[in-house]
Amino acid sequence: MSAHIPAIIVRDLVKTYEVPERDPGLLAAIRSLFRRRVRAIHAVSGVSFTIQPGEVVGFLGPNGAGKTTTLKMLTGLLHPTSGEALVFGYVPARREPAFLRRITLVMGNRNQLQWDLPALDSFELIRAIYRLPPAEFRATRDELIDLLEVGDLVRKPVRNLSLGERMKMEIIGALLHRPQALFLDEPTLGLDVTMQRRIRAFVAEYNRRTGATVLLTSHYMADVEALCRRVIVIHHGRVLFDGPLSALVDQFAAYRKLIVTLAESGADLKGFGEVLAHDGLRYTLRVPKAMAPAITARLLAEAPVADLMVEEPPIDDVIEQVFAVGTPR
Amino acid sequence: MTQLIDFYRAAMKQAILVQFQYRAANYFYMIGMIAEPVIYLAVWSVVAAAQGGSVGGYNAGALAAYYIVWTLVRNMNIVFTPYGWEQRIRSGELSGLLLRPLHPLHYDIAFFAGWKVVVIVLWLPIAAALAWLFQPTLAPTAIEIAVFAVAIWGAFLIRMMFLWLLGLISFWTTRVAAIYELFFAFELFLSGRIAPLALFPDWVQTLADWLPFRWTFGFPIEALIGQLSLAGLLGGLAMQAFWIGVGLGLLAVVWRSAIRRYTAVGG
Repeated sequence: MSAHIPAIIVRDLVKTYEVPERDPGLLAAIRSLFRRRVRAIHAVSGVSFTIQPGEVVGFLGPNGAGKTTTLKMLTGLLHPTSGEALVFGYVPARREPAFLRRITLVMGNRNQLQWDLPALDSFELIRAIYRLPPAEFRATRDELIDLLEVGDLVRKPVRNLSLGERMKMEIIGALLHRPQALFLDEPTLGLDVTMQRRIRAFVAEYNRRTGATVLLTSHYMADVEALCRRVIVIHHGRVLFDGPLSALVDQFAAYRKLIVTLAESGADLKGFGEVLAHDGLRYTLRVPKAMAPAITARLLAEAPVADLMVEEPPIDDVIEQVFAVGTPR
Repeated sequence: MTQLIDFYRAAMKQAILVQFQYRAANYFYMIGMIAEPVIYLAVWSVVAAAQGGSVGGYNAGALAAYYIVWTLVRNMNIVFTPYGWEQRIRSGELSGLLLRPLHPLHYDIAFFAGWKVVVIVLWLPIAAALAWLFQPTLAPTAIEIAVFAVAIWGAFLIRMMFLWLLGLISFWTTRVAAIYELFFAFELFLSGRIAPLALFPDWVQTLADWLPFRWTFGFPIEALIGQLSLAGLLGGLAMQAFWIGVGLGLLAVVWRSAIRRYTAVGG
């Protein structure tokens, strides 16, 4: 795949569901037998983006924003209402075997392992499904087992594994056919911090080794910060932002945090901004982003400042604010 | 084709491994299933005795043979339940199946076929115990054994496809239990499950000949216990092939439509 041809092209993608609805009560129930009332739910409303081969992109948005619906359209599980999606030149909705061999979708509720058998037995079946040459299959399987450090677990029945261990096995199962596009829907959901970190490191290493394209949704900003240079923020089915993570903070963070340490007591900093914390000589202030340079200058001129730091708000706060407000500031 | 055979080999092996995990449960389940044919056998034996020793051409020994072979055919008839589709759709399992480059029908055929291999092995001692108890008249010829060996798998395939078709109704409505139950009621009477079809009026037998049920149940049993001529044996296999073809054709159309609906409304 040439670097000039995008791995994923999405143009004006729309998905609208029709949901039946009726008022409560017997009369309404009888009426609905004769006249069905439906409400259109716009899950995705004209999303467009392109992703180059090898990119790792974070797909962010609150619950119900349209992330999973978009991933399902890109993997052929949903037909778009309108618009176009192309993955490696394939129309996902056609679900051609050649397309399905090049992609994978990791979702929390995907269960491709036999509960009663060791994961190694399930991997063998996956080999047969994807028609993998035995030598290539064994090399990939052993490489993935090494990368995720699960050599001592693959011989245990899956039912005896913890949630995190099972997730690792599911990830191996999803990657045995060496897909060139990974769609990861909340891959670290419900896992402890150590396990989350391992899976993150694994995805980064897999991307580095294979050059696979990765589109990842996660509610854990640590996942996104560790893996994705680029993020696409979606809200109410529309793209709010598409660009580098650092630019997202610049664009959406309405405030800066000033951490001021005074040389002597007595000064009152309330007039400079909202005091978030005050501990002895140390103040934490919140000031509007646009006014941060001017207020910093005023502080240095008017207060006995021993030390001053300007901090961007944590990415979690920025994202929360984006979701709450829904439009860039 | 070689790769599909490799898949069937791997999937059946996995199914056999899973079923060995549940060998005790499988055995108890199979033993529990004996109650139904034993009741039918007791009832029809009494009827036969009251009619001078035979009913519809079946004497006590032939009835015993019918219901002992019945126990294997009944087990071969167990396939993916239509009730399972709602769970498949709700749990997201179907999405997982659709992401794979192989039609999900292959998984069910291969998994249940692997299970049947275990069932046949487990059935042999049960059949020996029942034969000791009920003294069947059973002396099949080589050709009857060969036709039976093919027919039990034909029966399995036909029932797998028709129950799949039934299950696919779940894509349009969740209120399907009544439809399933109606189907199972027809099947009970027209397949030879409740009684050999020879015991029914002629018009029922004619009707049964033109429906798939008989070919999934009565035909394999009759083939082994010597109730059919050579023409009947070969004609029965031809009818099984016909119904497999019909099942595949219908499935191809309904599956495409069901998946179009699934991918339109979401899983």
